[in-house]
Amino acid sequence: MNIAPPKGVGPLAKREASLAWKLLSPTLIIVALVVVLPLLAIFWISVKPVGLADLRAPEVRVYERLRGDLLSVGDTGTLQYRVSNSSPKSSITEVSFSDEIPSGLLVTVNDDRCSLSGQVLACQIGELQPAEKEQFKFPVEVIEALSGEPDIRAIAAVTEGKASSSLTNNEFTLDNFQLIFDAEDFWDVMYATTFYTVVGTVGALVFGMFAALLLNQSFKGQGLFRGFLLFPYVAPVIAVAFTWITLFDPFSGSANALLIQMGMVDAPINFFGERGLALWMVTIFEIWRYFPLSFLFILARMQSIDSEMYEAADIDGASPLQKFWALSIPQLLGILSILFLLRFIWTFNKFDDIFLLTGGNAGTRTLTVNVYEQAFAISNIGAGAAVAVVVFAVLLVFATLFIRFVSKEEGL
Amino acid sequence: MTYKTFRLPLAALIGALWSATLGFGFSVSLAFSTGEGFYPIWWALLITGGLTALVLTRRNQLSGGYASLIGSLVFAFVLLILTGFMPFGISLAEAPLANILGLSLFAVLLGISLKIMVLPISHERVDRHDVEYSLIAFMKGFGYIFFTAIVLIPFFVMVMTSLKSQQSLMMNPLDFSIELSRGWDLFRSYEELFSNFNFGEYLLNSALVSVATVLITLLFSAPGAYAVARLKFSGRDAMSRGILLIYMVPMIVLALPIYIAFSMLELRNSLVGLLLIYPVTTIPVALYMLQGYFRGLPVEVEEAGLMDGLSRIQVIIKITLPLALPALASVALYVFMIAWNEFLLAFMLLDDPSIFTLTRGVAMLNSSEIPRQHLMAGAVISTLPIMMIFLVLERYMTKGLTAGSVKG
Repeated sequence: MNIAPPKGVGPLAKREASLAWKLLSPTLIIVALVVVLPLLAIFWISVKPVGLADLRAPEVRVYERLRGDLLSVGDTGTLQYRVSNSSPKSSITEVSFSDEIPSGLLVTVNDDRCSLSGQVLACQIGELQPAEKEQFKFPVEVIEALSGEPDIRAIAAVTEGKASSSLTNNEFTLDNFQLIFDAEDFWDVMYATTFYTVVGTVGALVFGMFAALLLNQSFKGQGLFRGFLLFPYVAPVIAVAFTWITLFDPFSGSANALLIQMGMVDAPINFFGERGLALWMVTIFEIWRYFPLSFLFILARMQSIDSEMYEAADIDGASPLQKFWALSIPQLLGILSILFLLRFIWTFNKFDDIFLLTGGNAGTRTLTVNVYEQAFAISNIGAGAAVAVVVFAVLLVFATLFIRFVSKEEGL
Repeated sequence: MTYKTFRLPLAALIGALWSATLGFGFSVSLAFSTGEGFYPIWWALLITGGLTALVLTRRNQLSGGYASLIGSLVFAFVLLILTGFMPFGISLAEAPLANILGLSLFAVLLGISLKIMVLPISHERVDRHDVEYSLIAFMKGFGYIFFTAIVLIPFFVMVMTSLKSQQSLMMNPLDFSIELSRGWDLFRSYEELFSNFNFGEYLLNSALVSVATVLITLLFSAPGAYAVARLKFSGRDAMSRGILLIYMVPMIVLALPIYIAFSMLELRNSLVGLLLIYPVTTIPVALYMLQGYFRGLPVEVEEAGLMDGLSRIQVIIKITLPLALPALASVALYVFMIAWNEFLLAFMLLDDPSIFTLTRGVAMLNSSEIPRQHLMAGAVISTLPIMMIFLVLERYMTKGLTAGSVKG
């Protein structure tokens, strides 16, 4: 008899797997829609010549006007139409318009693209090049006495046309990438990004460690102080960012007033407006806002370290600093490196803080702020997407590192 | 070289630095609370502190209380003499009450704390341990002052600025004293925000969006987390890693195509539009946090349920979820915080002032035409609710933060 565990997937396992997929499917679908699709879109847009204005599909605009005194029978005038393409970049095909002429007016159609049926004038124009205008002038005569000045605009002309949006057509370009890599400030942006990310991450870790050491002992009100230290992280970024701006305002800020009163500076400092200093300020803000997180993690790890180890070290006569270097640090190395990688990635990703504090001015434009700057301030969506692709590429490298590392640490 | 040789220089150094640290704290507190031009006189503080520390190390034969008292007296006396009776930069005659109160509190505090700091090195046979104990005691004191200052000052400025009037703000940016004589008028900025700037509605919108985000997030992530944590299927590992990857995608990268899509679908300027996006930013985190917790639950309880004839779904609803209530609370709070504080998407997708969320509303106040105290009042209004929740449910919140706040 052959005794062996059953091979293959049994019905029970199959049912379990299918249930798992069912439970996961809502998440997968919504994530695919809101994360994966936009990511693919970013890659698509980055190779398209698209500006903010192109988001509105090009449309046919028509301007109509009636010239001349038209009141009594026999009066003559001119009916004018100006048809134009609203987009400066893409052409519109099969353009046509039609308009209803007020009764009592006789229009002489002198253009073979147009025809009159009853009181409705219709014109087939064909293709309109980008920003092209087309003029029509028709002589008009009053054939019935009118009660007042005829209003041609009372009934708006109806236009039609087919346009391919520059988002969906087959036109591709690498100009966006060339634009951002050739930009004068490209290296400035890279420098600001690197500085902000590295100094911000290390700073948050160092201060988090300091705070954790401070609180790694029980005393009255320890929980309270711990909660208090988390304030910068818990408060909405918009509230604290504006508070910092208020605090460091060059004209009415308390920080400047304090420094001047102490005689440390002669004139107010424009903290968020001076090149170099501004980059330091946004980085310090980042440290201030995120040290609580590192603090929380490190403290949690510290409190789970076995105290017997320290007792043994005490018996061996180790000094506090020796214990810190030889026992605590090696124990904390795992959480510190995870925190470093995570905070590194998240600082790199950070947008709101700098955007609110300086708007990316004074040499504080990081890659993520540049995405916004290109897409919305300069209105070049394509270039913004190109920067986003660069951001994503850099991130992919970090994430691979992270996954390798964390998988090992957390056994995922 | 022995530790003995620099015992006294070290004590003096600690005394000098500690006195400067505390002196800075007291000067700023005095300046902020009275509006007068108090400032620390650095050189005097350094010298006096060093001197006091030396006195305290000598006075070891006295018991702690006496030594501290003597230290305090010496400190106050020397500081007064050195600064010409203006210990915080303003003469005694000009602001007697603040000066005397400030100085006595300062001296007492310094006497007690400095005594503790130099106690380990107050005898002749100091070794490495004693020196380190002293240094650590100083670093602790410094740490408390430092962290209290950096966290407290911005929030203090936020609240106090919101209670000021434009003129007094411009006249003296250091004056944070509350003009009690103004009575209810102190809250004018708040009243104006609620009556003229629609902030009541924004508050409601934010609450609505945040609560809905929490509900949707839990609805989606709890089953998913259970599947990843408990059920066996091929691709499970890839799934749990994929979750981590997703919340590393920066929001601004997604915001751009979302903005384009919403513009075309005319979903901009609607809270429903926001609710389509917010949960997706939080579902991965929630899923990651919950699956970690589910894994920690004893599998035997669930198996017992299965044996008794419950289906998987029933097991989840009747056993797993009730057991995971604390984790659900943590996740809910964390998600609420993310949604409440969210700024970028609200800023990009909402233009219509009638349906702003709170963060978007505060962003609107950042204009040169709107007085600063309105902006700060807006900041307080947006901070207060989340702070209250945080303080009341600190335990859950902290747990949620540690579990999930790999996200920033």
